[in-house]
Amino acid sequence: MSTPGILDLSWKATKMSDQNIPAEDGIDEILNLPLDAWHRAKGARMVPFAGYTMPIQYEGIIAEHRWTRDQAGLFDVSHMGQLIVSGEDDGVAVDDALEALLPGDIKGLAEGKMRYSLLLNDEGGALDDLMITRTPTGFYVVVNGAVKWEDIGHLREYLPDEITLNHLEDRALLALQGPKAVNALERVVPGVSRLCFMEADMFIWGEDPLWISRSGYTGEDGFEISVPADHVERLADALCAQPEVKPIGLGARDSLRLEAGLPLYGHDLDETIDPIEADLGFAVSKRRRMDGGFMGAGPVLAAIANGVSRKRVGLHVEGKMPVREGALLFSGAEQVGRVTSGGHSPSLDRPIAMGFVATALAQPGTPLEAEVRGKRVPVIVTALPFVPHHYVRKGAAK
Amino acid sequence: MTRYFTDEHEWIDVDGGQATVGITDYAQGQLGDIVFVELPAIGAAVTKGGEAAVVESVKAASDVYAPVSGTVTAANDALGDDPSLVNSAPEGEGWFFKLTLADAGELEGLMDAAAYQAFVASL
Repeated sequence: MSTPGILDLSWKATKMSDQNIPAEDGIDEILNLPLDAWHRAKGARMVPFAGYTMPIQYEGIIAEHRWTRDQAGLFDVSHMGQLIVSGEDDGVAVDDALEALLPGDIKGLAEGKMRYSLLLNDEGGALDDLMITRTPTGFYVVVNGAVKWEDIGHLREYLPDEITLNHLEDRALLALQGPKAVNALERVVPGVSRLCFMEADMFIWGEDPLWISRSGYTGEDGFEISVPADHVERLADALCAQPEVKPIGLGARDSLRLEAGLPLYGHDLDETIDPIEADLGFAVSKRRRMDGGFMGAGPVLAAIANGVSRKRVGLHVEGKMPVREGALLFSGAEQVGRVTSGGHSPSLDRPIAMGFVATALAQPGTPLEAEVRGKRVPVIVTALPFVPHHYVRKGAAK
Repeated sequence: MTRYFTDEHEWIDVDGGQATVGITDYAQGQLGDIVFVELPAIGAAVTKGGEAAVVESVKAASDVYAPVSGTVTAANDALGDDPSLVNSAPEGEGWFFKLTLADAGELEGLMDAAAYQAFVASL
């Protein structure tokens, strides 16, 4: 049987759950997040994801997706790892230590600015993708929930002893995403609208310090808010009391990021894929391309100089049948790639997909075929994103 | 006409030797937004318990099994234009296919509405 029967409705056979990581003793322990009861009270359907029980949907994925694109959606992303990396001195040592592991320009990152980066292995493969922000006292790093324990192990192993790594397990993380997110959040936390895309700062909400960045993973304007776990329910209530805001589940989070052309770690990116293949070359900063000096620099700089044999691309799918992760891609009889994410696009009301294809076939407009249940479906390589980003960048007219 | 249910959450309306098959309201609720339905070809032979159709929600593709063996006589073309009929009218306009029963004896062991409701309540 190729696909699960409709009895298998627990999502256990779908890609949303295959990031479940067993605890180190091999027992699959599923943990609860601080907002667990809150999600259930809001009518969420809960599923295991990244080692936690999380909301897949509330009223329905398509309605939640469209609400986020039109209004503002509140996402609980508390499963993600929130880390602080700091040094004892003026910060030079910690800059050097992080540049030894990340291909980005960390030294050039000003206080309150954030950047997308990658943890690479010696072969240049991506151990994880992450967001890093310079704070007054060090760096705030957010890593994927499914691999956060491996990331922490990697950082502990390779950061020098004098560098301190703190895992903020007592903090929750909310994302408020959508064109109305700024209106809603400004009412709750006055002042946040002064942030531009990829900027962050501390704000006081009542008596609680909130670390807020203007960022997210939906392609929309929006914010990510780090809040003490003890107070996250109160903040979630305050945000959902705003007329623009509804809680949104993991299902819509996945369809939104797919439309935005953003890779999902464990699917479109893994330790066998380097940043150049993944079309994430922007994360390898110009200075680092010249000087190297980061883990995996040899293979990554060689990939930049010599090119790569495969590339991550977007795929427009003809017809209505979704093409999903794992579908093989063909050019005539020859297998030339594989789909790594795919599904229905609620914004475009058609199937879209992302995958890796041979570099010679990676140009937008290239016709290929995907194989689904033994049938060939025409697809066309297309530029990402599928739906334009709406970030509020510095210097742009507001 | 008699309606039976399977533990795979399909329903089957039987009228003499003819039957109509769809998925239950409970199933559509669990699957969420349906975006595509792949139906069997007219004339296709389906086997009780075998794959007969595929229903795709935003998140996943799921098999729909034939509740009984038979030969497909019709497929619901309306689902091609509007797969959300499976969400809005799963046990009516959102039917999947019709078939001619190969063996009416296969209906034995299927649930009636009360038994299916009790089954769903036990899940």
